[in-house]
Amino acid sequence: MDDATGYVPREFKYVSHKRRVKEDRRFITGRGRYAADVRLPGMKHVAMVSSPYPCAWIKGVDASAALALPGVHYVLTGEELFAHTNPLLAGVDVPGVKRTPLAYRKARYAGEWVAAVCADSRALAEDAAELVEVEYEPLPFVIDPEESLKPDAPRVHEDHDSNVFFHRKWVWGDVEGDFARAARELSFRARWSRCSTVPIETFVAVADWDAGQEVMQIWASIQMPKYPEQIARALRIPANAVNVHYDIDVGGSYGQKRGIRQTIVAGYLSRRLGCPVRFIEDRLENMSGGDAHGPDRIFDMQVAFDDDGTIRSLRIRATDDCGCYPGRAPLQLGKPVGAIVGPYRIGSAEYEAISVSTNKTSQEAVRGFGQSPTNFAIETAVDKVARALGMDREEIRRRNLIGADEFPWKIPSGSEYDSGDYLAVLDKVKAASNYKVLVARRDALRAEGKLAGIGLSTCLEPSGGNSSFEPLFNPKNDTTTWMESVQIRVDMTGAVTAMINTSSSGQGHQTLVSLVVGEELGRDPDSIRVIHSESLAALPSNSPVGSRMAIMMGGAATGAAKKIRDRVMEIAAHNFQLPVERLVYAGGNVSVDGDPSRTLTWEQIVDTAHRKYHDMPLGAEPGLQSIYTWEVPTGGALPNADGTCQMYPCYSFEAHIPLVSVDPETGRIEILEYYIGHDCGTVISPDIVRGMTFGGIAHGIGAAMYEKFEFDPESGQHLTGSFMDYLMPSAHEVPDVTMVKHFTPSPLTPMGQKGSGESGYLGGPAALASAVNDALEPLGLEITTLPMRVRDMEALLAARTK
Amino acid sequence: MSDHDIALTVNGRRMTSRAEARTTLVDFLRDNLNLTGTHVGCEHGVCGACSVIMDGRPVRSCLIYAVMADGAEITTVEGLEGSDGALSPLQDAFWETHAMQCGYCTPGMLIAATALLARNPDPTEHEIRDAIGGNLCRCTGYVQIVEAVQIAARAMREAG
Repeated sequence: MDDATGYVPREFKYVSHKRRVKEDRRFITGRGRYAADVRLPGMKHVAMVSSPYPCAWIKGVDASAALALPGVHYVLTGEELFAHTNPLLAGVDVPGVKRTPLAYRKARYAGEWVAAVCADSRALAEDAAELVEVEYEPLPFVIDPEESLKPDAPRVHEDHDSNVFFHRKWVWGDVEGDFARAARELSFRARWSRCSTVPIETFVAVADWDAGQEVMQIWASIQMPKYPEQIARALRIPANAVNVHYDIDVGGSYGQKRGIRQTIVAGYLSRRLGCPVRFIEDRLENMSGGDAHGPDRIFDMQVAFDDDGTIRSLRIRATDDCGCYPGRAPLQLGKPVGAIVGPYRIGSAEYEAISVSTNKTSQEAVRGFGQSPTNFAIETAVDKVARALGMDREEIRRRNLIGADEFPWKIPSGSEYDSGDYLAVLDKVKAASNYKVLVARRDALRAEGKLAGIGLSTCLEPSGGNSSFEPLFNPKNDTTTWMESVQIRVDMTGAVTAMINTSSSGQGHQTLVSLVVGEELGRDPDSIRVIHSESLAALPSNSPVGSRMAIMMGGAATGAAKKIRDRVMEIAAHNFQLPVERLVYAGGNVSVDGDPSRTLTWEQIVDTAHRKYHDMPLGAEPGLQSIYTWEVPTGGALPNADGTCQMYPCYSFEAHIPLVSVDPETGRIEILEYYIGHDCGTVISPDIVRGMTFGGIAHGIGAAMYEKFEFDPESGQHLTGSFMDYLMPSAHEVPDVTMVKHFTPSPLTPMGQKGSGESGYLGGPAALASAVNDALEPLGLEITTLPMRVRDMEALLAARTK
Repeated sequence: MSDHDIALTVNGRRMTSRAEARTTLVDFLRDNLNLTGTHVGCEHGVCGACSVIMDGRPVRSCLIYAVMADGAEITTVEGLEGSDGALSPLQDAFWETHAMQCGYCTPGMLIAATALLARNPDPTEHEIRDAIGGNLCRCTGYVQIVEAVQIAARAMREAG
């Protein structure tokens, strides 16, 4: 098999050029096809009955009044579902904890789904849900993660010996020695509050058990690795009896759309009732009982540094409130291992990761998979060191950032950074911000009596995905394969169709693959069709997680296209009776080197491949098609005993500079200017990378200034179940952003590309905290808790005036 | 629940169907009239994904009962293309700037921007942000949407 890896610099004809995005046409004309648009004859609808208690035994469910309503077909209890399905996979090994789609015998958070009602319409199902009588016996509960760690805390899972899902401390390098040798040290606590990406589309699953074919057909707004296998395992059917339709457009996910519980409920009901079943979460179901919640983290940080600003060592203790059940959430403490010292030349690090359960909605995956909170904590540490030394925040970064000539650079936790030029990006964004003028504007605002500040963050986006955190966090899981596949088919007419093997939630995979295949084959990307497979026809994929598709799907597309090209050359060589080395490939046509009059066109070669076996090389495979499945570069190794491992392969970099003002009375933060310098190697589609970065910044603004899932500590109730309480930035809150690009190719990928799916989000919150703290500095105030909502800022300012 | 016959004009075509009094306009458009281009986001009037133009004004179709729209003239995203199938200047500009990613909020954004340009052919950036301020997008950070509206406004002015 030929090798897709290995970057060779070249001029691109299509890649990196401004071209319209393939997917957009269907979206602007209202012709996207989302899961909620799937309507099947005889389809029934689901509504959930949710627990009003944060913790309670379920003593009984009386569905008689609900079932008495005409048009109501079934009330599914957790008891019945548990008896007929397998519990869902957990990301870590937690004995005694079973994760089920509906609460089994005990409800463990307010809003947990206890029963599912199935009826002729969603409205009817909601009517009936109100008539389901559930008898509860309320129990003590725990909301605060640090309270939950105490030995006498109420137990979230009575069969587990504590409320801890995962706890481990790693020491990489001579942390103790570095702290002893360092001239100074400081410690602080930083808080990243429970927030998430909250797509505008809630999770939707349509399940249709085809009893004739014995196949469960699934249409869902999913973004998750190994989804069909998880469905099969839970429903106790073979994986080749599950067919997920990946051509469904997903209305945003950013990591979050993990709806396995929703799918199992719909799938079970469809099989039980013999009809198609659709579950569309309403907003409250989504926000309280769905997959809406994200990392909720306390960082206890210690930094050792010298008087010249050299940061020697870091100690990070991250306590993450996982909520109720351990899906993949605890693993979000694992990915940051691969960038645990940020982009800095820090010689040693200690990392203590604690995932603790509480009686809250379960945490799910979120854009960056735990890296953005960690970046915020690291950047806050760097700013604090600068402040302690009276040093400029830029200067301290310049002294500690890894130099362009130092790559590949291995960090203490064992991951090697592939490439970068951090100082060049910093210089570019400073120039773009017209930094002196920016400082003058800040100072002028201050002179007017306002609070104003400039922020700075320099952060990494580890990209490409890998499974290393799985074996690192669960020794029973020895997964080291993390692959992606692309299939290409050239039909008799010469038209090219590529097949990808996962659903897309806005990443533009059709555009990505058409550009890469077009580039490699020299064919116009607009002429290349890219289809999403069904899972029963799909090749191995790990879905668009971990900022990986430009790398992995792009790499697989290159691999598959090169195979096509090689076959074209072989057919041409046979017909010219010349060795391949004497031929030239251009735009699909093959000519004899130096004699363009001897050319076989793309159409001729394709026709030969499909119809003229007499002109084919002896024993050649008829037709023109290829498959390429690529293992993630640098992947394939288990972590070492000391926890060192290669996490992701490619490291993108971003430097943010925002200017903010803070109203000294109300505490309201306004973002006045925003600049970002960004390097994700070779950009495949400039418009897509721009959009992802701007969108990431907007998510970062939300996490930094607005978004928080709140629970009442007294009642245990979730307080933010709607968009009235969970505030997200609109076009008023997100400013115009100026973005400057830098290109440091990755040596590990065919076109030098790195990931960009999490860009903006990974440095935005850190930069905004930096800016607000710059604004607060004249008052001697500081904030290290996100989000910095108006009420939080107001309280901070008010405390000072008292 | 009482059922009602509802007749309205959608994208220039007269349409009738029967629905419960509690059926929202967005559910009516999607389920009864099979116009699934309009999307449901929050169902409580905040996100704007369900925006349609009703009698000349952009409204949130999740906050209106279908019976309230009886006799109304509605424009949905499906009605933005010209009768010849040509993209509207706004649709074209959204494509040109890639003013979307997942496409879920896009119909509502297009409706909000269409209503803006109908009443204000030369909006400032602030006016554009104001007009789409009731439409949440979680993908784009709005930058390319604002650019698209500016491009479309210019194109429409130049075309007269």
